[in-house]
Amino acid sequence: MTAAAAFFYLFASLAVASGFMVIASRNPVASVLFLILAFVNAAGLFVLMGAEFLAMILVVVYVGAVAVLFLFVVMMLDVDFAELRQGFQQYLPVGALIGAIFLIEILLVVGSWSIDPGLVQAPLGNVANAENMTNAQALGRVIYTDYAYFFQIAGLILLVAMIGAIVLTLRDRPGVKRQNIAVQNARTQATAVETRKVPSRQGVEV
Amino acid sequence: MTPLELIGTVLLIALKSFVLLAALLVFIAYALLADRKIWAAVQLRRGPNVVGPYGLFQSFADLLKFVLKEPVIPAGANKAIYLLAPLVFAMLALSSWAVMPIADGWAIADINVGVTYIFAISSLGVYGVIMGGWASNSKYAFLGALRSAAQMISYEVSLGFVIICVLMCAGSLNLTRIVTAQDTSLGLFGWYWLWLFPMFVVFFISALAETNRPPFDLPEAESELVAGYMVEYSSTPYLLFMLGEYVAIMSMCALGTVLFLGGWLSPIPFAPFTWVPGVIWFVLKASFLFFGFAMVKSIVPRYRYDQLMRLGWKVFLPLSLVSVVVVAFVLKITGLAPGA
Repeated sequence: MTAAAAFFYLFASLAVASGFMVIASRNPVASVLFLILAFVNAAGLFVLMGAEFLAMILVVVYVGAVAVLFLFVVMMLDVDFAELRQGFQQYLPVGALIGAIFLIEILLVVGSWSIDPGLVQAPLGNVANAENMTNAQALGRVIYTDYAYFFQIAGLILLVAMIGAIVLTLRDRPGVKRQNIAVQNARTQATAVETRKVPSRQGVEV
Repeated sequence: MTPLELIGTVLLIALKSFVLLAALLVFIAYALLADRKIWAAVQLRRGPNVVGPYGLFQSFADLLKFVLKEPVIPAGANKAIYLLAPLVFAMLALSSWAVMPIADGWAIADINVGVTYIFAISSLGVYGVIMGGWASNSKYAFLGALRSAAQMISYEVSLGFVIICVLMCAGSLNLTRIVTAQDTSLGLFGWYWLWLFPMFVVFFISALAETNRPPFDLPEAESELVAGYMVEYSSTPYLLFMLGEYVAIMSMCALGTVLFLGGWLSPIPFAPFTWVPGVIWFVLKASFLFFGFAMVKSIVPRYRYDQLMRLGWKVFLPLSLVSVVVVAFVLKITGLAPGA
């Protein structure tokens, strides 16, 4: 057995095992941590396939940013498991039936599915001398040169989604004093301090 | 590859890693001492001066003290995650050194995606902090962990754009090639610190925030949170957190050296200076950046949390985004873009 095969079995079995632990573990924080382990192992599999750039981006984006937010939310929530488990046996037959139907459907779809060999070659076919390039160069050529418009449309969709999220959550409460750093920095002694002659026994209006 | 060759390669890598690790840890012991000495000198104190001549063995005495003390695990803590957190933190910090080109061809793994690897590893560092803060089952530790996570994520974004600027100039993700791209007849004026000076400043400040160094050490702000996510830790687990923090600081210094200060290249590109081994230049440059870190720690007061977030999202992010566009534009117009 070569080293690559050994590493493949290591990463694959760890990914499957941690994927199972995500749904099996009792503690939701542990679930998220197992999910992160699964992501890292998937990145390891990408490296074995020679897609090193994708592997690193998977770690940066999913593990470094998305999973952190997951972990944040799960840590803040106070989940009551006794309540969640109530009625488990009552709903078990229905759940099992739905699960079985989905499983059969997936098997039917995936079983009759074959990927067009021309399609597999197509992305590389558009890249001139793909053999001599690094991952990042080949990906950049495909995304930013060949399919630049699709990439920009994807970016626009994300922008719209982001604006939507901001609009939904933005609350403009009246009467809140906000710090304006530009105004603070623009203050000088002339605008901030005033010298007055105070007449004795009369005082001044402030 | 025969099994014998395979074993040989593995042993060679293990040996290289061991030598690098030993050198790095000794260097960090003295960097820690230097940090305290510089801090003391700015405040007109002497700093540690009792253990050994001029206090030179202070870090080793601290190491012994940490290892020999009793580890205390809080009753309400999640034991497994509590003990895993410092391990994860220190291991991740150390593993970014696997790709660091300390001299020409001295990187243990000279991979094509070196910069992305370091970026990915440093973005994972936040897990040690969050896990430690959560598993301690303490309010202060949890607040510290939340602050730290938000801060590290915020500054990673602008750090990423700064790195992209350098990558566009160098035309490669490989750390060795980024250094060789700075090898011009101009010497130190050909390095990217001059050509991308604003980005160098943003990189330096983001590196401070990314490693939770003062003035951005809010996760462990001792006046509010005692010691942040490390508050419940003692003995060796605490040592691992400390060690991981300083290793992360050194790897940020080394990354700054590679990206902006020409790595192992000599600052003056002719005879007597180019004879000096590259590793010496590399260590000198990284130490120079570390001196900057130490001086900032002693000079600048701590930021308030909202100011920190404002600086990250409203100042650095737009600035670095705009400079990505500007750098790309200039490279394209002048035809200086590598491979163009």
